[in-house]
Amino acid sequence: MVAVPGDDHAHDHKPGFFTRWFLSTNHKDIGTLYLIFAIVAGVLGGYLSFMMRAELGEPGIQIFDEDVRRFNVYATMHGLIMIFFVVMPALIGGFGNWFVPIMIGAPDMAFPRMNNLSFWLLPTAFACLIISFFVSGGDGDGFGGGWVMYPPLSTSGSPGPAFDFIIIGLLAAGFSSIFGAINFITTILNMRAPGMTIHKMPLFAWSVLVTAFLLLLALPVLAASLFMLLTDRIPGGTGFFNPAMGGDPVMFQHLFWFFGHPEVYIMILPAFGIVSHVISTNSRKPVFGYLGMAYAMVAIGVVGFVVWAHHMYTVGMDVNLKAYFVAATLVIAVPTGVKVFSWLATMWGGSLRFTIPMQWALAFIALFVIGGVTGVMLANAGFDTWAHDTYFVVAHFHYVLSMGAVFGIFCGFYYWFGKMSGYLYNKWLAGAHFWLFFIGVNMIFMPQHFIGMNRRHVDFPVEMADGNWLSTMGIIPTGVGMLFFFLMLAEAFIRKRPAGDNYWGEGATTLEWTLPSPPPFHQFNTLPRISDDDGH
Amino acid sequence: MASEAVEHDYHLVEPSPWPFLSGLAAMVWGTGMVIFFTGLVSRNPDKPNAMTEFFFARGLDTIQGKDVSNGGWIILLIGCFFAAVVMFGWWRDVARESEAGDHTPVVDIGLRYGMIMFIMQEAMFFVGWFWMFFELGLWHKVREKWEIAQAECYGEWPVCEIETIDPFHIPLMNTLVLLLSGTTVTWAHHALIKGDRKGAKWGLFLTVVLGIFFTYLQGVEYMEAFAHRDGESFWLSTNVYGSAFFLATGFHGLHVLIGTIFLAVCYLRLVRGGFTPQKHFGLEAAAWYWHFVDVVWLFLFVFVYVVFR
Repeated sequence: MVAVPGDDHAHDHKPGFFTRWFLSTNHKDIGTLYLIFAIVAGVLGGYLSFMMRAELGEPGIQIFDEDVRRFNVYATMHGLIMIFFVVMPALIGGFGNWFVPIMIGAPDMAFPRMNNLSFWLLPTAFACLIISFFVSGGDGDGFGGGWVMYPPLSTSGSPGPAFDFIIIGLLAAGFSSIFGAINFITTILNMRAPGMTIHKMPLFAWSVLVTAFLLLLALPVLAASLFMLLTDRIPGGTGFFNPAMGGDPVMFQHLFWFFGHPEVYIMILPAFGIVSHVISTNSRKPVFGYLGMAYAMVAIGVVGFVVWAHHMYTVGMDVNLKAYFVAATLVIAVPTGVKVFSWLATMWGGSLRFTIPMQWALAFIALFVIGGVTGVMLANAGFDTWAHDTYFVVAHFHYVLSMGAVFGIFCGFYYWFGKMSGYLYNKWLAGAHFWLFFIGVNMIFMPQHFIGMNRRHVDFPVEMADGNWLSTMGIIPTGVGMLFFFLMLAEAFIRKRPAGDNYWGEGATTLEWTLPSPPPFHQFNTLPRISDDDGH
Repeated sequence: MASEAVEHDYHLVEPSPWPFLSGLAAMVWGTGMVIFFTGLVSRNPDKPNAMTEFFFARGLDTIQGKDVSNGGWIILLIGCFFAAVVMFGWWRDVARESEAGDHTPVVDIGLRYGMIMFIMQEAMFFVGWFWMFFELGLWHKVREKWEIAQAECYGEWPVCEIETIDPFHIPLMNTLVLLLSGTTVTWAHHALIKGDRKGAKWGLFLTVVLGIFFTYLQGVEYMEAFAHRDGESFWLSTNVYGSAFFLATGFHGLHVLIGTIFLAVCYLRLVRGGFTPQKHFGLEAAAWYWHFVDVVWLFLFVFVYVVFR
């Protein structure tokens, strides 16, 4: 592995603009496309949430005075966009594509062309969702039944084409993810460099492997339930979820959450992988309990498939069934605890650097633990019956997603930005982004634990005004923080400060740091060899 | 890299238009689906086939009990055609790359992993349909207590004394047809390995014929059921039994169709001189897929047709 920075660019033979970005079969270019897509979708998803928070700033109707129903459309679209078009494309499509092949020492993905199909189904899916926003859902434009799409709101309750477009969009996004999952599994199982056994593979590759299996096994069930919804919606069609025909609306919830619960681990596991690398690099120590870390993710993935009905404690399940789902759900806290304590132990006695990605990683651990603790509370059916569909739940899943998964995304972005672009970012702008975002999201979501308000309500009594006001004020630092993110990007691309091959120095041991920044168009024309005494 | 020379056996694919075109085809197909099922515009009962309505109103529409003839299916059809063209071009490229020697042993193993994963996700898709069916077949008793019309009869199984299809006529025949096709495809595979191309062609040809015969028999069964849907038989809109029955068997039928096309393509490639005794993963993948479809049918036959009738 002799890398000559600057020299290889001349030999790269990159194709022309259209061929390179539309017909690509290059994992790094497709990863870049995914990241740009996630940023664009994230701006839109963020805009929707800002409008909702602005509405909830004080009692009464502020924004949605023409059609209060539209509030629920915003909430639905915010959820779907953030999950399927921001977090998944960024973590799996973006960083997964960029760094899984490099970390395992492979020149590209196993199926480079199918990789591009995974990407190009996403703009189609996103277009379907955008169209859904503007076509009739029955009693107004768009679909407002929530991202969970429970019938009968999604069947007889929304007769217009708006929800059909959501079905088609989710099917397209689902196929995109299934093809991506097939690609990642094959790449990781078949294309590891000589000497890189599965027990030497970096943790990010492990996390994507587990995630890919979750995608592969969970998404087809969602596809089946979406087809059931589609045919249920036709007048004179099927009656899977229509009690008048003997169907069972609760059955949809089972099918949906059988997909939906693995889905939350799909969103958080890659973030776990990124955070492990960032903490190890910035502690200048190998990650503590590597095998435990890897198999904790496997355990989370496996147990994640048998806990789905904890989203459904209030549908009238048998108490024994509830007892099972409580116990099974609480079990997940064990491997998650293994991960959290191993991160702490990785830092223990390390030579710590509080770089920008390290700040995101530390914030990730703290905030994810808060979300995890409220998760343990909500796992108990007794408490959940009381807290179900309240802002306590909203606060819980935003602590694990908008501060877990999204902090993981930014953590990875600041960790690898120099590697991907070849440029260093301005630490002051990046720090401003971090601190404003950190303060902002905590201001938004911490009060929501205590408001005591029901979800999906456009208005609230005056007693809840203080908490809601504080929560809404939180969008100001969050939004300004995001402006700093774009400033940081612009500044880095204007100033073009070149990043070295390994700008983290000691501690950054995975294979991407042996390549120039940015890596050549095709890396590893000669495969790297991993010797027996190499760490991970 | 220090050296330009590629010293590994992986396949670095050239840029390709097919993924991007697939995205566009999916957009046309999806819009066509929405128009077919729900329609983008609602129909004016006085002028049900004005220009806009003709193309964009619901494809499955009835006005006052009469089917409205219109073009709501046209965009769906264009989307399907577009997708078929893309798939043809894409897989033609794959076959050409295979013949050009791009599929080295390590790439071949990757293709096998990929096909296994694909079949795994197909299996999970059917898990969804079977789950629905088992819920209905096993836990129907609770429906007696529901506040719905005829709650009593929804507590039974099959619901409301529906007359289910006799498993030991056409369905048994279908089972035998599929099992037989499983042996013919194995015959074709082993003949090809032995270098007996004539035997391979015959085996594959018979498999395709049996696949088409299965689809024909299934069509006969569906048409029978549809013709008598108001009397002694049932349809997918009769009640939830019909829904679960027709969607589960229907999606299986769709997969039989896909498998038949896959095998037919392999047959054409074989006739045109493709595949060698050493390298024929396309045929193997088709056979794997066909066996998968076969196994799903066995589950359907045992549980949907026989046990829960």
